Amino acid sequence: MTEADVLKELTAVFHDVFDDDSIVLSPEMTANDIDGWDSQTHVMLTVAAEQRFGIKFRTAELESLRNVGHFAEVISKKLEAR
Amino acid sequence: MDQLLWLAQHPDLGAALSEAKRESDAIARLGMATRLAGYRRDFTHTTRLDRLASEGLGAIARGDCTAPELQPMRIALLSSHTVDHLVPSIRVAGLQRRLACSVYVAPYGMYRQALLMEDAELARFAPQLIVLALDARDAPLQLPLEASQAEVDAAISERIDELRLLWRRARERYAAQVVQQTIVPADPPLFGSFEALVPAAPFALIERLNAAIREAARDDGVLLLDLAWEAARGSYGDGLAEPVRWHQAKQLVSPNLAPLYGDQLARIAAASVGMSRKCLVLDLDNTLWGGVVGDDGVDGIKLGQGSPCGEAFLAFQRYAALLARRGIILAVCSKNDLSVAEAAFKHPEMALKRSDIAAFVANWEDKAGNLRRIASMLDIGLDSLVFVDDNPAERDIVRRELPEVAVPELPDDVADYPARVAAAGYFEAVSFTPDDATRGRNYALNAERKAAMSHATDMEGYLRGLEMVLTATPIGSAELARSTQLINKTNQFNLTTRRYSEAEVERIASDPRSVTLAIRLTDKFGDNGLISVLMARPDEAFPEDELLIDSWLMSCRVLGRQVEEAVLDVLASTAIQAGYKALIGEYRPTERNGMVAEHFARLGFTQRPAPADASSETTFWRLDLTHDTPSRHFIEVKA
Repeated sequence: MTEADVLKELTAVFHDVFDDDSIVLSPEMTANDIDGWDSQTHVMLTVAAEQRFGIKFRTAELESLRNVGHFAEVISKKLEAR
Repeated sequence: MDQLLWLAQHPDLGAALSEAKRESDAIARLGMATRLAGYRRDFTHTTRLDRLASEGLGAIARGDCTAPELQPMRIALLSSHTVDHLVPSIRVAGLQRRLACSVYVAPYGMYRQALLMEDAELARFAPQLIVLALDARDAPLQLPLEASQAEVDAAISERIDELRLLWRRARERYAAQVVQQTIVPADPPLFGSFEALVPAAPFALIERLNAAIREAARDDGVLLLDLAWEAARGSYGDGLAEPVRWHQAKQLVSPNLAPLYGDQLARIAAASVGMSRKCLVLDLDNTLWGGVVGDDGVDGIKLGQGSPCGEAFLAFQRYAALLARRGIILAVCSKNDLSVAEAAFKHPEMALKRSDIAAFVANWEDKAGNLRRIASMLDIGLDSLVFVDDNPAERDIVRRELPEVAVPELPDDVADYPARVAAAGYFEAVSFTPDDATRGRNYALNAERKAAMSHATDMEGYLRGLEMVLTATPIGSAELARSTQLINKTNQFNLTTRRYSEAEVERIASDPRSVTLAIRLTDKFGDNGLISVLMARPDEAFPEDELLIDSWLMSCRVLGRQVEEAVLDVLASTAIQAGYKALIGEYRPTERNGMVAEHFARLGFTQRPAPADASSETTFWRLDLTHDTPSRHFIEVKA
């Protein structure tokens, strides 16, 4: 899966979790840029991403999911490692 | 993990949700959400469904509008772990069970404060259910590993005393039904299989604590959300409590499994207001036995010992028979010739007998129409039926024609049918009384009574011939469970349709100024059990020597037998003894209780003006007790 593919799939995850199809993701986006991205929805994002990509984040990795770019990067690495 | 497997699969739920979101009217969106909640869904779908419904649910909670097909339900969650992520799932599962849930979440970890101190916000919310969702990490029992069984028991008994105090406060302060979640073990075993032999080992401790919680709950009228048991049975797969979710967000239940958790709580909420299903309707060919009896003959069907397949069908029959023993009505709906279908019940290996089936419909007409017929034969609503059919096409048609009927998706293998029907939680109970155990028999007897009626030449002769004896007693501890059950599930013969928890019924019954009656009826065919409940009390809106009939309801099984006339006799004489001069009747119309619109007029009450604050549709009636009124029934009364 290319990085663009990952970002596309991740966008679908964000659309589902925030129930907002107008969200356009860019790597530098953080919780401050998206309405409703709080600690509660952050857990939802991680769980929904795990489901969509068929991966499991390690507890240590959770702390690095601070912005969209990191999110996509960790996912790509996990997909490559499979 | 796959969950809610009994719900039908939507071809594209995500697209349907996006489409529904475009609807601008909040109540119309709520209606769409209610319909879509009936499909299999993961937690993201469920969260989106909740958003779709939230504005409409909010309007209902504020009383700005009502949705006739949804019953309001207020649930307070008091927890020692994070539960916010479970709330959407609870609300959506509520919708699927025709409840408009509002959910109040007490501040994290503050469950003791909410119950032991004044909590104005919780009081304003007026919960009907208070759920105590506790976990193993909350206030662990501080015991050294080498503690003796006696020390363990002492510590557990102290913890149970604390819980009972909380339960009592919940009942006294908020008149709410308490639901206690059992404790899910948090730690992996220390000793392996030896664990349970060490009294203070973590798993042994929790097991003992849960056993004590269950026993205390039974004594105190508290319901269980038995999460520990569900987890042990594997309902949640491996994933109920994921360590990473605990470390990340103090979540005991992983968001993935929130839909299942929500469903398990919603089914208890629905049961507490009498909205569990009552009747299991079974298809025959390839559902109760292998093969087609019309083609293969009674000797040719696969059933019973000797073949794995025959044993699997037998096991499903046995499960249905057990459900009947706990009071679930059984019916048959099959495309067959009636005589052929009935003949199959003479097969020597049948676990179900023809007499277990209260309504037996076998013909070549469409199943939706036949299910309607079954509901009317049994005097129950379509929303009381669960229809089990191995044929996906029949399931699909019935779902489309009769959305009120629950139609579980079935696994490919009949060996898995019992577990699937059980997992769907259609028949969640909040009580079990001796009357439940004999209900199936009662429905069968009713069929005989109907036959007797068609033989009797006149109504009076029929009623006299029944040799009915009515017993009326105040609602005491022995009648409390069954009376509350009847109060909460009777829809048709119910004058006010007020729902009360056991705690509330107990409070009304113990007030010396009120008159409560639990009414039983026997006849020459047998005991009908506790079939009617009446609760009357003085009310500020009326003079103090007039008695308001707050609730009057009756099982439809004994309709048309003048039971209400006999009950009025008992009520009138009890009220006169207590010094009352008149009875006030109240009729609050609902979608379902049209049959009693003229109830008070028929009994000789005259209509009187409604008090100022009453709803405009409610009618009020008055019966003067200072004149004798002759009774007109053929029932021997024992009060």
